[in-house]
Amino acid sequence: MAASDYDVAVVGGGLVGAATAWGLAREGCRVALLDEGDRAVRASRGNFALVWVQSKGLGLAAYAGWTVRSSNAWADFAATLKEETGLDVCFQRPGGFHLALSERELEARATTLKRLHNQPGIVDYKTEILDHSQVAKMLPDIGREVVGASYCPLDGHVNSLRLFRTLHTAIHARGVKYLPSHRVENIVREEGEFRLTTTQGEVRAGRVALAAGNANMRLAPMVGLEAPMKPERGQIVVTERLRPFLHHPVVTLRQTDEGTVMIGDSKEESLDPTGLTLGVSATEAERAVRQFPLLANVNVVRTWSAIRVMTQDGFPIYDESETHPGAFVLCCHSGVTLAANHALTVAPMIARGALDKTLVAPFSARRFHVQEAG
Amino acid sequence: MFKRLGDTADTLTIEIDGKSVRARSGDTVAAAMLANGIDHCRTTPVTGAPRAPYCLMGVCFECLVMIDGVGSRQGCLVPVRDGMRVETQQGKREAGR
Repeated sequence: MAASDYDVAVVGGGLVGAATAWGLAREGCRVALLDEGDRAVRASRGNFALVWVQSKGLGLAAYAGWTVRSSNAWADFAATLKEETGLDVCFQRPGGFHLALSERELEARATTLKRLHNQPGIVDYKTEILDHSQVAKMLPDIGREVVGASYCPLDGHVNSLRLFRTLHTAIHARGVKYLPSHRVENIVREEGEFRLTTTQGEVRAGRVALAAGNANMRLAPMVGLEAPMKPERGQIVVTERLRPFLHHPVVTLRQTDEGTVMIGDSKEESLDPTGLTLGVSATEAERAVRQFPLLANVNVVRTWSAIRVMTQDGFPIYDESETHPGAFVLCCHSGVTLAANHALTVAPMIARGALDKTLVAPFSARRFHVQEAG
Repeated sequence: MFKRLGDTADTLTIEIDGKSVRARSGDTVAAAMLANGIDHCRTTPVTGAPRAPYCLMGVCFECLVMIDGVGSRQGCLVPVRDGMRVETQQGKREAGR
């Protein structure tokens, strides 16, 4: 192998790329983290910050187990980051709710969870359906319209902006070379190393890990991989800082450690992150007030839209290239929830040079090529 | 600190933190608080530092107070009414108030 500048070039400076770069550096790799510039579409700065388990895995049982693995690793992951950086990402796992505003919503929820738990090989993550009075014991401020909820004790949340900052502080401290404004235009494998053409010259590395979110769609074919993505837009409404009243995250609404309430789980096909659909914000706010009537007169201080990273079937993709040995791709929607796995499980696999099939085989993009019955 | 220029407008009474004070018709809540020598109208949600009305034109959000039970109102944009109850706001607002 040529004397490359780096052992691994990680492409993508968001949560997935930063977590992976940190994990690689911990394994002793010389790592470059290639990022775009300030005007890049940055899903990592727009996300909702849940470390979420319930609902994950309907249609792919292994995804439930993979999610629980990360959820269980998160506390140690956060503690290690704090030791290394002094920064607290405020990880909490108090258990989370999915509230239903009608009997029909509650029934649909129960049916979904039953189908999920009836899958062969599913890990039991102890989600239960609760009625209004059971929910009110843990969420005393719910409105009368809340007929019930599903509750999962493994659900939690984090301060994701601080996670982003903490990971970047941690990789800097571990000697990862962060290269902003290095949009990757082309990748070739020559003389046993990868050569990445960027807007600021060539970067050479023994291995390459693509963690560029939806942009993996463009990059993966350069190294014989594929990343079928289906980006979508979400909108979030943020209130002024309030005294703590909500001690559990709800899938559509959570109070941050700093007091603001984040509302929203909308999905739109628009891919313009600079636009905002007012009707969507209004619906999110209206449902939030029905769930928690005390929010009726609080002030909204921000709204934003952001582009979700989403694979075509919603499940993660972890693959290594057969035609370009040493090239890996990581795609997932849940860059926060799965950050512990990316840092502590996937990065060591990339450092060793091969994915551990016993853990990640179900997440190969080969699943998109199931032959149709003829 | 502040002194009225004249004494012509109608006088009315508002309550600030439970204490009756005089204000003038046409005053904003922020102006009435300043005229009554109140040196801060809130403490911040982040550090608890005291804050007073500053821009007096609806831009800086320093003059947030609780008015008739509703928190985080901009005192400089709300005219006083006779019998109005104004409370200084301590730290983060309480949801529902």
